[in-house]
Amino acid sequence: MKFRLEPEVRPVVTSALALSGAVGVFALAFGVLAVGAGANVWQACALSFFTFTGASQMSAMTVIGTGGSVGGALGGALLLAGRNGVYGLALSPYFNESLGKRLLAAHFVIDETTAMMTAQTNPRLQKIAFWTTAIALFSLWNLGTLLGAVLGSAIDPHTFGLDVGFTAAYVAMLFPHLKTVNGRFAAAGGALISVVLAPFVPIGLPILASGLAIFVGLRPSASTATEKAAQ
Amino acid sequence: MSWALVIWLSIGAYAFKMLGFVVVGSRKLPDMLSRCLMLIPAALLAALVFNSSFTDGQSYALDERAIGLGVAIIAAWRKLPLIVVVILGAATTAFLRVI
Repeated sequence: MKFRLEPEVRPVVTSALALSGAVGVFALAFGVLAVGAGANVWQACALSFFTFTGASQMSAMTVIGTGGSVGGALGGALLLAGRNGVYGLALSPYFNESLGKRLLAAHFVIDETTAMMTAQTNPRLQKIAFWTTAIALFSLWNLGTLLGAVLGSAIDPHTFGLDVGFTAAYVAMLFPHLKTVNGRFAAAGGALISVVLAPFVPIGLPILASGLAIFVGLRPSASTATEKAAQ
Repeated sequence: MSWALVIWLSIGAYAFKMLGFVVVGSRKLPDMLSRCLMLIPAALLAALVFNSSFTDGQSYALDERAIGLGVAIIAAWRKLPLIVVVILGAATTAFLRVI
């Protein structure tokens, strides 16, 4: 029997798979970088399976890799994880299932599933977009991490510039956030705080403190409206 | 690395996901608050970039990493795929460390 998707569903599934493939390659990089920072293969895999939110996982590894404490690593990583809470707010009106299913779905509320789901126009496609992305991305994210971690165990992180590999990944992740004026202000503020505080506080804390820069969002909303119009 | 980090980060990350999705549900956050929260990635990612490029522990440092960062910025600005940006940044630094 040949498996066929309805014409309406096909583009949703195709883009979910393409996105997940790209994220899988990123997971490979995360695996390599995580063992370079001092995690073992199982810890890298456990992070991808249970934490399952890329930027937080990487942030924690960076702080650990540079000699920070567990508390320091947790602070910034949890702050980054906080945005999934905001995504959850945006997505929850689309979910009217049982509590059990909602508790399961919650694990998959991340950047990509939110973007894919909110891009659809009808409830059925929204649900298909969410679950296809969730399942494909979760599978490839974990597979990529395992391969990367095994691969990474075989090489010396400093020699291969893996510390800067992390930094480069952040740069690529940062660029889309610089499209708005508020985003640029927050980035500049965060960068400044993290560098200025570095000599005075324990490693990891400057990253957490940079979160103060988000208060540029308190600027009058009129300017945000013009930004939206300008995009 | 300690397992405590893995465990606490996993618990915390899930708690945040669940908080918005299951607990608060469809109640709406004040506009100003959600606007601030959406700026978290911009502030923290920029902090991670600059802190890890220009400091070494608790002192300032200017070394091969800065050049690797420069190459990564150009690559990301040229909209190259993330994995290419990562490889270019790491490879540049690795090369400079060898010579």
